[in-house]
Amino acid sequence: MKISMVYDYVRWEERSIIEAAKRKNVELQLINPTDLYFDLSNDLKSNFGNITLQRCVSYFRNLHLTALLESKGLKVVNCFNAILTAGNKLLCTLKLMNAGIPMPKTMVSFSTKGSLQALDKLGYPAIMKPTIGSWGRLISLIKDMDTAQAICEHREHLSPLYQIYYLQEMVKRPPRDIRCFVIGDKAVAAIYRVSTTGDWRTNTARGAKAVNCPITNELEDLCVKAAKAIGDGIFGVDCMESPNGLVVHEVNHTIEFKNTVPATGVDIPGLIIDYLIEVAK
Amino acid sequence: MVKCLECDAEITIPKDVIEGEIVSCPDCGSAYEVYKEGNNFQIRPAKIEGEDWGE
Repeated sequence: MKISMVYDYVRWEERSIIEAAKRKNVELQLINPTDLYFDLSNDLKSNFGNITLQRCVSYFRNLHLTALLESKGLKVVNCFNAILTAGNKLLCTLKLMNAGIPMPKTMVSFSTKGSLQALDKLGYPAIMKPTIGSWGRLISLIKDMDTAQAICEHREHLSPLYQIYYLQEMVKRPPRDIRCFVIGDKAVAAIYRVSTTGDWRTNTARGAKAVNCPITNELEDLCVKAAKAIGDGIFGVDCMESPNGLVVHEVNHTIEFKNTVPATGVDIPGLIIDYLIEVAK
Repeated sequence: MVKCLECDAEITIPKDVIEGEIVSCPDCGSAYEVYKEGNNFQIRPAKIEGEDWGE
């Protein structure tokens, strides 16, 4: 069994996956595509082994490289369709909604005028998110119409991607959310992401603290169903505790777990290697 | 062993380092990305966050 891992930076996660492969006596071929080139007429199977784990932190590199590898007949985790869908909040929301997953009320518009009308219906405060982006970057809490107008005006001068206005109700939740890790058909670990810095966002990249979260049947059922709506693979499903129960607001495709492993004691890198072996068979 | 580009302190590159790995200066904390030049590993300032980086 030969597994390859494509990556652009070796963070705690990539290092721990390398160590897990060593522990399990699995041959792990490391491929950093950053300074390489790919001749599209060449066969790539011999270099990449039975299965490839996609770990590039750059979303567009991650997505396009996966397209290339899959077109050459390679099996990649996660697959192109899952990365494409999970990496775009609108596409992800559409899939989740069609699968009947409870979500915060969401609206989309394509102009400042449309956004102001949508926000009027949603009510303030509301959230505006870029359709592509992570770690809470450029996510805005909009408290009134003046702020909305100012943010929209700024966005009109950015790239066209920022003229897709993804707007969401501000869910009345405790100052935390839940990140649940789904590998294959199982929820393997979950954390509360508790805001400790006064930031309303609960991304650990923004300083939120990871605290072990018990995996209830309700949480597992919801998160596995949400992950399955995106595809088969390895996902981080983000939920909020709304007054009406759990709602899913995001599914992530290239999971980060350096805060989760110490908080939960779950060997996520080991489980990733086990999953890859199982899928490659 | 390489020198920190900020404070000139010595940074030890681990024996099992991998291209793309992030190392930090023990004195000033500056983060560097390890890259390969010929048979040797060198360092360059690590990119902190790209516009499309994330999960």
